Amino acid sequence: MSADLEALYRDQVLAHSREPCNFCRLEDADHVVSGSNPLCGDSLQVYIALDGERVDGLSFEGHGCAISVASASMMTQMLEGCSCCDAVKTIARVHDMLTSSDGEALDAELAEQPVAALAAVRRYPTRVKCATLAWQAVHGALTEDAETVTTE
Amino acid sequence: MSANPKQAREDHFERDMAQYRADFPALVQEVNGHPLAFLDSAASSQRAQPVIDAVTHYETHDHANVHRGVHTLSQRATESYEGARESVQRFINGASTREVVFTRGTTESINLVAQCFAGPRLSAGDEVLITHLEHHANIVPWQMLCERTGAKLIVAHVEDDGSVPAENVTSRFTDRTRILAISAVSNALGTVLPLDEIIPAAKAADITVVVDGAQAVPHQQVDVQALGADFFAFSAHKMVGPTGIGVLWGRETLLDAMPPWQGGGDMIETVTLEKSTWNTLPYKFEAGTPNISGAVGLGAAVEYLQGVGMDNISRYEHLLLNVLTEQLEAQGDVRIVGTAPGKAAVVSFLMDGVHPHDLGTIVDHHGVAVRTGHHCAMPIMQRFDVPGTARASLAFYNNRDDIDALVASLATVRKLFK
Repeated sequence: MSADLEALYRDQVLAHSREPCNFCRLEDADHVVSGSNPLCGDSLQVYIALDGERVDGLSFEGHGCAISVASASMMTQMLEGCSCCDAVKTIARVHDMLTSSDGEALDAELAEQPVAALAAVRRYPTRVKCATLAWQAVHGALTEDAETVTTE
Repeated sequence: MSANPKQAREDHFERDMAQYRADFPALVQEVNGHPLAFLDSAASSQRAQPVIDAVTHYETHDHANVHRGVHTLSQRATESYEGARESVQRFINGASTREVVFTRGTTESINLVAQCFAGPRLSAGDEVLITHLEHHANIVPWQMLCERTGAKLIVAHVEDDGSVPAENVTSRFTDRTRILAISAVSNALGTVLPLDEIIPAAKAADITVVVDGAQAVPHQQVDVQALGADFFAFSAHKMVGPTGIGVLWGRETLLDAMPPWQGGGDMIETVTLEKSTWNTLPYKFEAGTPNISGAVGLGAAVEYLQGVGMDNISRYEHLLLNVLTEQLEAQGDVRIVGTAPGKAAVVSFLMDGVHPHDLGTIVDHHGVAVRTGHHCAMPIMQRFDVPGTARASLAFYNNRDDIDALVASLATVRKLFK
């Protein structure tokens, strides 16, 4: 098997895709957002429960490729307990990592996190959308909320 | 190779067909360190060298605008453009070149029929009949038209094996059915629809028949007069020709009675500031400077395919289809979606526990190009309750090595995911 493929489908990624964390419906969610990637048929629903300005819980359901499911699974773990403001910042950093050019140094803080296992996706332009799908859905939900808060 | 004379003939035929692969320069390359195995011709075929040469020759020596100038290059361009129309007419056995309208492709051809033919004729309560396996290009234009006119879109059932028996369609005919829009061959499943049974029944019920022939024309001999449809649409890029050019064939009496598609140059006879009159067929439907080099490429593609012989293409692709189907079935963890008898050389499949998109990326690492996703036919994916499939589609320039490469690459998929 080529090293490129092994870099894309790292063990951690495959483990998350086989047994995703928080793969369920969240009954008391404050936000339910859908993300879909019509190119390949990924379709995820992300549930977000807030406790004031804090992300209290995240879960997701749906179907998607290994990359999209693993990425969503890692996201639910990474953003849980963050303030909404930090969550939005983290999402931006993950997005930057996934869309950076190959060879560019990884964000030092992210490099320590499980999500760094997805970094090789940046070499696959057709797969970047799979990896960013769930993150973008949450970003949409949280930034809309932030706007509402500022207008209030 | 074999003492069996029938087998010997088959072997000889296969060796004979192998010569054509060399006419496709794009196939001679490595992708990710492996020889390219291009199994995505149902999405778009590769270009034959004679097509590339014809387009290059036209662009290099003969280009000028058509139907306009008296100068030499304009005459050459017009001759090339109209020569392509004659080639197409002969290829599909149209009654005359007036019935051969150049469009951007199948999608534009179907939209043209929906807007200019069906639009003025449909009223609320009329019915447009399609099947569940249509490509989006043969669903969405009719949905848009139904929304505008109040007509209803009726959908004929597709069986579990992907087949569409004639009665699934004919039993949906009512006295309000005005249009039957139907594929000749399904791009997603490979099903060949029994048009020879369906079309006579539709004509007897006074229903106008529009055929999406995009997946049929590259793979089998099509005779539009024998088929008996009213309109027939196809694209050059699926038949070793260029993108951005396709054909609407229509019965002359119907085309003649239709209003123009777009207004502009070339489609007019006279223009005054008060009123314009329309050019004759097929120019009435070809406003503006057309895709001349595309038509030249299409003409060359038609000549090339005829040189190979459509019957040979059909026979060879079925031979490869049998090999591909047997090999995939032997995998044990692969399920083929669409197993209609007599299907065309398209195999949609799923591998247990693997999303098609992951499969597509992994086999690409082995130089194998397959399409993954919904194949622009989301309703039939929903019908089979799958988010998408992987699809290997064959052309006559494929060979057993391509199929072996796919099967070998599936072992890597299995290794990663199991």
